[in-house]
Amino acid sequence: MSVLKVNNVSIRYMTGDFKDIGIKEYVLRRIKHNYSVKEFWADRHVTFTLEKGDMLGIIGTNGAGKSTLLKAISGIMEPTEGWIEREGTIAALLELASGFDGDLTVRENTYLRGAMLGYTRQFMDETYDKIIDFAELKEFEDRPFKQLSSGMKSRLAFSIASLVRPDILILDEVLSVGDGAFKKKSEAKMQEIIGSGATTILVSHSLSQVREMCNKVLWLHKGEQIDFGECQAICDRYEAFLNGEFKL
Amino acid sequence: MFDKLKKNQFLFEELVKRDFKKKYKRTVLGMLWSILSPLLMLLVMKLVFTQFFGRNTPHYTTYLFAGTLTFSFFSEATSQGMMSLMGNAAIFSKVNVPKYLFLMSKNVQTLINFGLTLGVFFVFCLLDGITFTWKFLLLIYPIVCMVLFNFGIGLILSAMFVFFKDIQYLWTVCTQMLMYMSAIFYNIEMYSEPVQKLFLLNPIYLFVRYIRKIVIDGAVPTIWFHLLMAADVVIAMGIGCWMYKKYNHKFLYYV
Repeated sequence: MSVLKVNNVSIRYMTGDFKDIGIKEYVLRRIKHNYSVKEFWADRHVTFTLEKGDMLGIIGTNGAGKSTLLKAISGIMEPTEGWIEREGTIAALLELASGFDGDLTVRENTYLRGAMLGYTRQFMDETYDKIIDFAELKEFEDRPFKQLSSGMKSRLAFSIASLVRPDILILDEVLSVGDGAFKKKSEAKMQEIIGSGATTILVSHSLSQVREMCNKVLWLHKGEQIDFGECQAICDRYEAFLNGEFKL
Repeated sequence: MFDKLKKNQFLFEELVKRDFKKKYKRTVLGMLWSILSPLLMLLVMKLVFTQFFGRNTPHYTTYLFAGTLTFSFFSEATSQGMMSLMGNAAIFSKVNVPKYLFLMSKNVQTLINFGLTLGVFFVFCLLDGITFTWKFLLLIYPIVCMVLFNFGIGLILSAMFVFFKDIQYLWTVCTQMLMYMSAIFYNIEMYSEPVQKLFLLNPIYLFVRYIRKIVIDGAVPTIWFHLLMAADVVIAMGIGCWMYKKYNHKFLYYV
């Protein structure tokens, strides 16, 4: 039974004139027929299917369209062409440390973030202490968030996010955060979530990590799907490509 | 839609709390200040305009207050609502949440502000020798209309603001113009009959007129007046919802 079906998905960004010109300039250019937008395909004809319990690694150099694809899968973006079919709940942990509010306290931010991730208030009341303990921020609870160090911020972000138990889990380079001790703890926690049977999609620049954890790999290059399938063979090819043994 | 709201109730509550705390900075004075600013505006207008317009307008203070009350609710809700979507770009570009929640929470906060000022308004009515009748209950109608109308305009503005940043300067000019065209401090009876009719095209004027009619004249506006107001609300909400529906997935490209 397939949990996630991505069928011939293409995503187009519009770039060019419109972004900073303001409404007066826009109207003027429209009148003068001087208005132009450029198209840019972040992803082109991406097709793959995941079964329950699959662990997919997405690999590719910068600008391959990995993050855009994740946004489409999580429903934040809509594909310009093609369609995506999902079964069950989905949780995307993207760029964890941003999106907090510096003026609110750590406690308030924790609740806000929990709400964003779709937890219930009751659930947050029950697990709040656990989250703070895990992030090791007990003495900072009522401090404004902006006073935390960036390491603490990502620790908190990770602790809140690590409570999700979705059917499909999307990870964008968030397998582990923080320093020595916390890094170990967060890696273990991540393994626990993945081990609980969720279908996981992982974007990583660490090939050894992908080899170790994933059973399937999707290789993107400049938006094009180069390959999808068994992990090791594709990773070998990708490694050869990175070493400059052949060009695409 | 209600299903979705229920699902996002927790997030909505947290957003309202956040906006509230940020606005008032957790101080009592912060809250007081937000009532004080419309009162100061009232004071200035009262001092300046009583000479010109106050002579042949009965209950001029109440007359004026009804105007400033309505207008500051409108201008606050729309100008702050305009920023609400863009201000939360960091959230909606990472989590899949209904985007109108941000505007809604902002509007809840301006509504609370309005409620506080409304309380002061009634105290002023009392001091001005206004008799309270059962008709005051009808004020609920223009207030509900105002909330929905402001929300609709907020939808339109916040969507446009994502695409065109300079809309905020244009809107400042627009609200300024609207203020002078809404008969806040003058009486439109000085104009000829056809010109007076033109004022009915201004939704803000409708709200102000309704409140004055009930509070000062002790009369209920006609059914047509009600319908006209409802039509304005439907138009604003209609355009706003349409824009959010159409651009829901496009906002992301512009942040």
